[in-house]
Amino acid sequence: MIRLRLESREQTPTWLRVTLPLFAIAATLLLCAGLVAMAGANVLEAYAHLLLSSFRSRFDFVETLVKATPIAFTGLAVAVAFRAKFWNIGAEGQLLAGAIAAAFVGGRAGLPAWSLVPLMLLCGMAAGAAWALLPAVLKTRYKVDDVVTTLLLNFIMFYLMMALVDGPWKDPLSGYPDSPDIRIEAEFPILLAATRLHLGVLLALLAAPLTWFLMRRTTLGFNIRAVGENPIAARYAGIRIPMVITATAAVSGALAGLAGVSEVGGIHFQVMAGLSPGYGYTGIVIATLALLNPLGVLPAAFFFAVIITGAEAMSRATGVPVFLADVFQGVALICMLVAILFTQYRLRIRRVATQR
Amino acid sequence: MLEILQEILQVGFFAAVIRIATPLILATLGEMFTERGGVLNLGIEGIMLLAAMSGFTAAYFSGSLWLGILAAMLAGALMGLLMGVLTVSLGLSQHVSGIGTTLLSTGLAFFLYRLIFGQPSLPPNIEAFKTVALPVLSGIPLLGPVLFDQFALVYIALLLVPASALLLYHTPWGLNLRAVGENPRAADAAGVSVTGLRYQGLVLSGMLMGVGGAFLSMAQFNAFTFGVISGRGWVCIALVVFGQWSPWKCFGGALLFAFVDALQLRLQASGVIDLPYQLFLMMPFVLTIVLMALVSRSARPPAALLKPFRKEER
Repeated sequence: MIRLRLESREQTPTWLRVTLPLFAIAATLLLCAGLVAMAGANVLEAYAHLLLSSFRSRFDFVETLVKATPIAFTGLAVAVAFRAKFWNIGAEGQLLAGAIAAAFVGGRAGLPAWSLVPLMLLCGMAAGAAWALLPAVLKTRYKVDDVVTTLLLNFIMFYLMMALVDGPWKDPLSGYPDSPDIRIEAEFPILLAATRLHLGVLLALLAAPLTWFLMRRTTLGFNIRAVGENPIAARYAGIRIPMVITATAAVSGALAGLAGVSEVGGIHFQVMAGLSPGYGYTGIVIATLALLNPLGVLPAAFFFAVIITGAEAMSRATGVPVFLADVFQGVALICMLVAILFTQYRLRIRRVATQR
Repeated sequence: MLEILQEILQVGFFAAVIRIATPLILATLGEMFTERGGVLNLGIEGIMLLAAMSGFTAAYFSGSLWLGILAAMLAGALMGLLMGVLTVSLGLSQHVSGIGTTLLSTGLAFFLYRLIFGQPSLPPNIEAFKTVALPVLSGIPLLGPVLFDQFALVYIALLLVPASALLLYHTPWGLNLRAVGENPRAADAAGVSVTGLRYQGLVLSGMLMGVGGAFLSMAQFNAFTFGVISGRGWVCIALVVFGQWSPWKCFGGALLFAFVDALQLRLQASGVIDLPYQLFLMMPFVLTIVLMALVSRSARPPAALLKPFRKEER
């Protein structure tokens, strides 16, 4: 008789950390192939569109980088929060908070032109942080479950935003519920002529190593990880858990807020209903695939940007519904969770003598 | 203001409260069961959506509404099973597994709906459930039209509240489920299958969430829309906390939420308060957070909630 057993591992080899996400992605592609076939498309042809569309031209590649930017920010936001086991499912709402703040500041006529972009970044981070502080305070003061509050606050922020752009903040020139455009000087500089490669892309690239530094080389980062790994030991070590949770929330919210600032400053130049098609939730998938490592967030975000871009091309070419990208995210998250088991356990196959 | 309220708080309003409460009652009871067994099912939002789509689609093609409900329950049960594999058998994080289940179910609902129905200019619809006036009972003044002239699913939901209390507190199964949620080690020593009961709790929760979702696309409305759940599942998670994991209190929470929701709908429609309608839509969510803040300090969740159980570990 053969028995399968899970045994704990003391340490996770580095090669495993790098290859696990690849295995998870391979499994996801395999599982989703069934849906593609169900849609009546040739799986290989559909997958060629899904995975390669981003690399067809310089333009497509840059567009994919642009798409990767907001989800890199939300991925970083989630990676920081989940390290402390602060279950911030609210990156979506914090992103919107950041976007609203950025669009508001970016539209102020009285401000000097040079100050607009820095102020948008600062105010957007502050707004995202503030919106994340609410559930943190509710958690530390009133023991309110952070999952529920962060989720509900997403809806509250969305309705708040829609009330603004459909009411007092509505662009009088637009037939839709949109906010007025930000000033020309507030638009993010373009880094590559004739593309949409804007300042936000660069900021995301910088934010990842900075977040890594924060988590790995500072006291706050150490405390965040300590609280997440063993809160009881952390408390005995004199770490003030409520303070750490609050700081985690602020950092996480500020990062999610940057996603909103970057979308407003670099892409939309205003706030409107379709600002975020679930970027906050995609951030959870990305952070998990990156094993909560800020540096891993960048390739993971790029990969999902490839999938999101590719799904549209695939849908146009083969008729497979574009929502395959959504299924893909869910399946990838689940596959990665299962794969992570192997960082903690190893599968042991043992032969057991069958008793007669 | 008083006059408006007088105008709003009529029989029809309270009938609407019961109607709005129904999917919440069903899904909240489902969530309560699985949490009582020690597993948080954050798949709820996605499961309700997938079930709303499955139920609608099955009814659309078979012409039978009850077959639709069955399909919705099946979809819910399957997703409950998936949650079971992830959180019970593999012992993975209940938080992230639940989010994964929600993302997967949501994606599947969108994908399959688009695959089956394409992008028609007019969304397909079905002949939805009709209200069934119960003989004699519906004739009672005030109470009759509020409680006894409703959809069949409303009666089922209302009956499920005492039935759940009975199941949870007065049957061996309920006792075992609670034991598994409070002290799985002791339950295991007493010969109760922790794994089995947690799976059962999850499947039951999936089925109840499924009916809750299907109620929205098959009774409340007669079509499936992508935003048909829009946060109701997450609200149910909060209602379980507010309801202290007790069927009757959960029922009370659902009624309270539905009351505020119905009130904001009527206030919106009355047009007396000149505010953007989105602020009204926000009200029930704000209320839910306030309620959570009020009760969470004294809330006592099942002791083993969120904790995976591995037999061989001590």
